[in-house]
Amino acid sequence: MANPTIIVVGGGLAGLSATIKIAEGGGNVDLFSVVPVKRSHSVCAQGGINAAKNLKGEGDSTWQHFDDTIYGGDFLANQPPVKDMCEAAPAIIDLLDRMGVPFNRTPEGLLDFRRFGGTLYHRTAFAGATTGQQLLYALDEQVRRYESEGRVNKFETWEFLSAVLDAQGVCRGICALDLRSMEVRTFPADAVIIATGGIGAIFGKSTNSVVCTGSAQSALYQQGAYYANGEFIQVHPTSIPGDDKLRLMSESARGEGGRVWVPKTAGDKRDPKSIPESERWYFLEEWYPKYGNLVPRDVATRAIHKVVYEHGLGIDGQPMVYLDLTHIDRATLDRKLEGILEIYEKFVGDDPRDTPMKIFPGMHYTMGGLWVDFKQSTSIPGIFACGECEYSYHGANRLGANSLVSCIYGGFVSGPQAVSYAKNQTKSDTSVNGAFDSERKRQQEINARLMSSEGSENPFRIWRELGEIMTKDVTVIRYNAALAKTDEKIVELLERYQHINLSDKEMWANTSFVFTRQLYNMLQLARVIAQGAALRNESRGAHYKPEFPERDDANFLKTTKAYFAPDADEPRFEFEPVDTSLIKPRPRKY
Amino acid sequence: MAQNGKTVIIKVKRQASPDSNPYWEEFSLPWKPGMNVISAMMDIAANPVTREGKPSRPITYDSNCLEEVCGSCAMRINGRARMACSALIDKLNQPVTLEPLSKFPVIRDLAVDRSVLFENLKRAKAWVPIDGTYDLGPGPRQTPRQQEQAYPLSRCISCCCCMEVCPQFNDKTNFVGAATIAQVRLFNTHPTGAALKEDRLHALMGDGGIQECGYAQNCVEACPKDIPLTDAISEVSGQVMKQAIKDIFTR
Repeated sequence: MANPTIIVVGGGLAGLSATIKIAEGGGNVDLFSVVPVKRSHSVCAQGGINAAKNLKGEGDSTWQHFDDTIYGGDFLANQPPVKDMCEAAPAIIDLLDRMGVPFNRTPEGLLDFRRFGGTLYHRTAFAGATTGQQLLYALDEQVRRYESEGRVNKFETWEFLSAVLDAQGVCRGICALDLRSMEVRTFPADAVIIATGGIGAIFGKSTNSVVCTGSAQSALYQQGAYYANGEFIQVHPTSIPGDDKLRLMSESARGEGGRVWVPKTAGDKRDPKSIPESERWYFLEEWYPKYGNLVPRDVATRAIHKVVYEHGLGIDGQPMVYLDLTHIDRATLDRKLEGILEIYEKFVGDDPRDTPMKIFPGMHYTMGGLWVDFKQSTSIPGIFACGECEYSYHGANRLGANSLVSCIYGGFVSGPQAVSYAKNQTKSDTSVNGAFDSERKRQQEINARLMSSEGSENPFRIWRELGEIMTKDVTVIRYNAALAKTDEKIVELLERYQHINLSDKEMWANTSFVFTRQLYNMLQLARVIAQGAALRNESRGAHYKPEFPERDDANFLKTTKAYFAPDADEPRFEFEPVDTSLIKPRPRKY
Repeated sequence: MAQNGKTVIIKVKRQASPDSNPYWEEFSLPWKPGMNVISAMMDIAANPVTREGKPSRPITYDSNCLEEVCGSCAMRINGRARMACSALIDKLNQPVTLEPLSKFPVIRDLAVDRSVLFENLKRAKAWVPIDGTYDLGPGPRQTPRQQEQAYPLSRCISCCCCMEVCPQFNDKTNFVGAATIAQVRLFNTHPTGAALKEDRLHALMGDGGIQECGYAQNCVEACPKDIPLTDAISEVSGQVMKQAIKDIFTR
């Protein structure tokens, strides 16, 4: 096969990276995205991208980056691919620099680097406070160049519904929904790359974008793909609570010197600026003198949780603490953090240069995702995955500024891997046609059933209930009894889902219909997360159980692998040993 | 839930499909602290009943990040083109009127088709022509000053507010609009991007080109990211003029 056609689903950093590599190698790409790719969730990443360029004379190295990543992830990640990623990172930064990303500069004109959580080195390159946006645009521009050359064909505002699998279980293409005409169509491909990002919507409110539902990953899991380490959910320590979503306050605020504190007296109603130093409790600096405010995210999140719920010291009795930048001069703040300070100003109404920000932990990232091998291949032949939707780089906890590098690196691996897989395939015979027809019919039947359902349930209310219980019982602190109740609740919601009544039955740009389809997949994947958490009787990285407060390598230094049991309509679990061949596991103490 | 019994009235201009007639609907919602236009529409979706008690349907609108960085949720709010996610209800006069952008084809309700901007970016070759993605070492050195000039232009979120408010952006002129011109400036400034400078300037000549700008300056007022759009237009106008003169002598 000379010029294979690869379908890439998702147009964030991972999907665009894969697309560029395929197009550059002479392949053709059909690029599917629910939003115009320039509006993908990657734009939300703020703080930066890690690479051990060692431009600050600190003796940083890719090995040190690798060690920090493995240690930060509490030794749950398979080590070889992480090592490869860290070694590739400096060249990725150079490439982005050549593509025109406006990275911040030193006076000499070199790239500037800042510190981020979980490391003692200045390893994070950044473009103002909108690094994700700048990186995504650079890749989007290169893809637009290939699009104008005819190598890339975009299907924007199309939603992935399922893979088309032949009788041998090999992927031959995808089935997708046109979000305007509501047409269901199948598309053949020589290989498929899934790059569909996060799953924040399962938790109702999160720092994720609206499209981060995990629907595609869940659909593939229900078609037989393994889903790994689903229970590892990163709760970002500093988000801004909002009515519609939780907005991220980047870790770079602490990287540039931001300090977290609460008044020492419960219910202190004074203006924070009038509270003297001696009456403030900088609990992160006190508890973690070495890393201070820059402990990894899971550690900071649990500390804030503890101060609020156990010490009862939330600001004004509310679940919030101060993140204070007011001791840093305005010019420095504007130069290095303007974008994120603007977000706070715009959405809260206070100027964080003058008054400390009020923040609280919020669901942010899934370390878990589709299981892939060391070359980004999922357990379904012909389907690859990269970016947040797969599980492989961050173990039990992701370090700040490692997500952008893992997205791009994963895309750069999966693109060429998909091409070489496609080149080794024999052309599919005509019997495959039946697979396309039957998959399209299956999806059309699901749509027809939903449209004609005459119950009394509102999908948005079911979603709110799902989000509330997942946030309450499956985030920062987990108890087995509560996890069991959560799973029961999800089963109840799945039952109620059968009695949904769509108030909108138009077959044109029907967003609530599309959302309702996603909701089913969210519910199925929520069970994987809740049950996975229940099974893991230890504490590791972001997964914390007071009943089992220690890491238990003897029993749980293992990857959780969930697969769907169609007969039982629920997940089953296996455990796979972790490849720790390069760094011997040691206790994680910051 | 309702606090102090306060309510929020939302008036929405709706349209079922590109060809059907628009109509207005009003919704009355319980007020909550921190509400914005998006969360109000989420509340409507959870209980789609009009102010008169008539069953209705969730509103179709574009949205994604809700942090004013993806550019999706641009619409006319109380007559002004802006992003719905950063439109705080407490800062708006009631009833809050929501209308689709008027210069772009309506898909449904508040969702419009803005693909014209992405087509313009293709025409303007808004990219840096790199040799390839293999390792060729770092990019050109740039001073902090150069970065500080490029960065604001690179924050354009493609929301199209600048085009919506521009009196020249219409079917008669085919004007390309401020957003694309600002990107031309960005890429013409980049040391490697400048290789395509002439192509970009030619793309801004002729029908719908930069000469259609009437300097109304509405664009810079409407831009949610405070991009120096009028500066970019002046600068690029100068570049286009020089290029046009150069063309006379070299062609």
